[in-house]
Amino acid sequence: MSADDDARDALPQARLALIPPFIVLAIALAGSMLIGSTSTWVTLTVAGLAMGLLIFIMASGLTLVFGLMDVMNFAHGLFIALGAYIAATVIRMLAPAAAENDLLSNLSAVAPALAAAFVAAGLLGWLFERVVIRPVYGQHLKQILITTGGMIVAEQLILVLWGPDLLPLPRPETLRGSFVFGDIALEKFRLVAVVVGLAVFGAMLYVLNRSKLGLLIRAGVENREMVEAMGYRIRRLFVGVFAAGSALAGLGGALWGMYQESVTVGIGAHMMVLIFIVIIIGGLGSVGGCFVGALLVGLVANYVGYLAPKIALGSNILLMVLVLLWRPQGLYPVSKS
Amino acid sequence: MRPPARAAQPSEPRVAEALLELAGVNTHIGHYHILQGVDFAVPRGGITMLLGRNGAGKTTTLRTILGLWRASAGSIRFDGSDVTQLPTPAIANLGIAYVPESMGIFAGLTVRENLVLAARNGPLADARLEWIFRFFPALKKFWFLPAGLLSGGQKQMLAISRAIVEPRTLLLIDEPTKGLAPSIINNLIEAFGELKKTDTTILMVEQNFHAARTLGDTVVVMDSGRIVHAGTMAQLAADEPLQMRLLGLSLEVHQ
Amino acid sequence: MMHSLLSGDHPRSRALAAVLVAIVAALALAPFLFPGTRPLDVAAKVCVFVLLVASYDLLLGYTGIVSFAHTMFFGIGGYGVAIAMARLEAGWTALAIGIAAALALSLALSFLIGLFSLRVKAIFFAMITLAVASFFAILASQLSELTGGEDGITFKVPEILRPSYRLLEEPLLGVTIGGRFATYYLVFFASLALFLALLRTVNSPFGRVLLAIRENDFRAEALGYRTVIYRTIANCLGALVATLAGALYAIWLRYTGPNTTLDFAIMIDILLMVVIGGMGTMYGAVIGATLFVVAQNYLQDAMKLVSGATRDLPLLPSLFHPDRWLLWLGVLFVLSVYYFPYGIVGKLRLMAVARRLRQ
Repeated sequence: MSADDDARDALPQARLALIPPFIVLAIALAGSMLIGSTSTWVTLTVAGLAMGLLIFIMASGLTLVFGLMDVMNFAHGLFIALGAYIAATVIRMLAPAAAENDLLSNLSAVAPALAAAFVAAGLLGWLFERVVIRPVYGQHLKQILITTGGMIVAEQLILVLWGPDLLPLPRPETLRGSFVFGDIALEKFRLVAVVVGLAVFGAMLYVLNRSKLGLLIRAGVENREMVEAMGYRIRRLFVGVFAAGSALAGLGGALWGMYQESVTVGIGAHMMVLIFIVIIIGGLGSVGGCFVGALLVGLVANYVGYLAPKIALGSNILLMVLVLLWRPQGLYPVSKS
Repeated sequence: MRPPARAAQPSEPRVAEALLELAGVNTHIGHYHILQGVDFAVPRGGITMLLGRNGAGKTTTLRTILGLWRASAGSIRFDGSDVTQLPTPAIANLGIAYVPESMGIFAGLTVRENLVLAARNGPLADARLEWIFRFFPALKKFWFLPAGLLSGGQKQMLAISRAIVEPRTLLLIDEPTKGLAPSIINNLIEAFGELKKTDTTILMVEQNFHAARTLGDTVVVMDSGRIVHAGTMAQLAADEPLQMRLLGLSLEVHQ
Repeated sequence: MMHSLLSGDHPRSRALAAVLVAIVAALALAPFLFPGTRPLDVAAKVCVFVLLVASYDLLLGYTGIVSFAHTMFFGIGGYGVAIAMARLEAGWTALAIGIAAALALSLALSFLIGLFSLRVKAIFFAMITLAVASFFAILASQLSELTGGEDGITFKVPEILRPSYRLLEEPLLGVTIGGRFATYYLVFFASLALFLALLRTVNSPFGRVLLAIRENDFRAEALGYRTVIYRTIANCLGALVATLAGALYAIWLRYTGPNTTLDFAIMIDILLMVVIGGMGTMYGAVIGATLFVVAQNYLQDAMKLVSGATRDLPLLPSLFHPDRWLLWLGVLFVLSVYYFPYGIVGKLRLMAVARRLRQ
């Protein structure tokens, strides 16, 4: 067995890893052919990317938590909802600054709203991990039950605190409307969502690939026991990763609420189905897979929503089934030792 | 809970200050009582071989020492301190490195990243790396490639390199030659031979009797969760009937 | 006789037996004990949900599978009956056809889901069932031609079961013996029979294998039991009984719609009932369903009182608002998982054992 034989094996694997991004492009192209009008295609594609990236922000924490801690948090939606509600409340308090037609004033309203959503969800996540999750490590059945129960209680508490009515979450003045290029109208807020989403992805990639913390997380996802045997107290990371994942969910929820321009208590639960689809498609534990999966889901939802609205909601579930038939472990399964 | 004191076995060497001492260690996994009162000591320096038939409890012993499985009774002392109830990272940080039977390679991380992670006390020391590359040149070649692409033998080399990338007091190694080609096994034997000359103590589980006989200074034999023999390798190698009785095979047999 | 009726699975606790007898008696004599539409409605709902939750306990408590698709099978039963009765001549034949079609569809779906997903981790399976159930709910609301969309389907039942029908001209013991009466007893006896059948199933050799698989599936596999097959059979059985429960519920309501059968809230309710009642006991379904349905209908009135009484205090009125009854049940649910993993039934049995040990 020579070393060269092994190097040759390396290439097919690398090629396989490039296929999923090509699928995204393929879908975009298919969309352009089916949709016909370029302007509509551009609008839908931007909408799809924006939606996909927002889902990515919300889903990335969940997949990482599962990969590292072997915990599936069915209550993840509550961090999304909390983020949205807190952002709505803060923006309402800073309404004058949000209403002004000046970017800086708007930012002085939006930034605190997003920051508050991020921090509040992160704190709640920290608390949740210690109180709810920690007692049921390793017991998957109990985890599913407890987190589902936690979700119910949290939803009800949100109704207690904020009431059952729909809460408006208006976009700040300068982020309303669209940039117009000839036929094509690009919603400003969607572009913001794309930028923020890419920034979050970039930051995550940086931390995961260029820092010792990221190294620990990636190794821990593969083989937690071995990392401990190498002298690292990886359990201390758990609460941090959980809190970070929850904070991201809160941020995503706030942005999603602004995207929809309204917030209801069901916002979390509604996203959970899509988020599960995304992380299953991407491969549980893989941030890259989550990214690709989210883009796929976003594009498919928007294209099908235009082409065949009746099956739009079901199309993503069909997508998941197709992906699983091809790769039962998802697009980028994490090799668990 | 200490078991009643046993009479010392005639072949037990008089140990001055053992690096690692197990006394009356019992381990239960679920309903199964795997270790049923393990007593032995690992002397400082050199290689102690842990031999025995399949299912004797050798891997369980290593895992219990490292705290991956909790001893239900008995005590484990390492370098003077009681480590029986310590969490695994704490035990590892006392200076123990572990090479499991499954190698424990992080397939998604590069060779370099695997070693960086293993070097928990600071950056990779060049001298050390040179030494490692001398024995395992493939690692230098695959430095920036994901470790999952390495062959079985190369993965084992990486696993061992991780354990020695920084000086450690004790190495726990579980069947390093398992499933490897003879040429690679000889490579490993050479490397371990070099390692013996340093301060590091090694406790190694091996089924390859040739490797065991070549490398081992002390030997401990297990059967059904208990120690049935402890002594020097020289003693055991000279006593073929004893070998047949304990292991069912002669140490001369090449695996 | 009791021994064989209960398939040897006794309550094992005097308190539990007493409660069970009380519940069964109340349900058996409901038209006579609780006159009025609302109480009879509650009683019928209890019967249906006892059956539905018991079928879920087969999956969760005995086989260790968490599925979020149970309401889908409940809905298939309801829609099967509704579509058949609405499209065909509203008689017993149509009813039979509807139920048969529903059972066939449920069998096929549960078989496919089982074979595909039961090979994978529990969490994966749970998520997949969630997605499949959502898909089905979407399908039901989109194919409004067939399913009546969001509004559902109202239909006529066979003549004997119609409210206007009279079996006896004069009321007996103050109760009108007519269509509602007949329908109620159809629901009651069918639920009872199916419940006892489930009890028989879990106490059979098949049931014991399921328990072995739940405890340690590696060991069961090593002992020669193909766990995938057993799990799939359990999955199918649970689905079939849920379908029948759905059919019964549709017959009672003379209506089927997405909010009475497919709503995810109902799935959550089932989880609450089975955990609070006691997983893996069957009797837990009886206790849990009774507690839940009664609370759903009458607890809210109690909460309204408390909410009104605390009107001037901060936060409390909202916490006790009748719409927030699910909050308290949710808290009870979470506490049950932590502290009473065997639910009310388990607790009663433990207390009985403790009492026996002390004697």
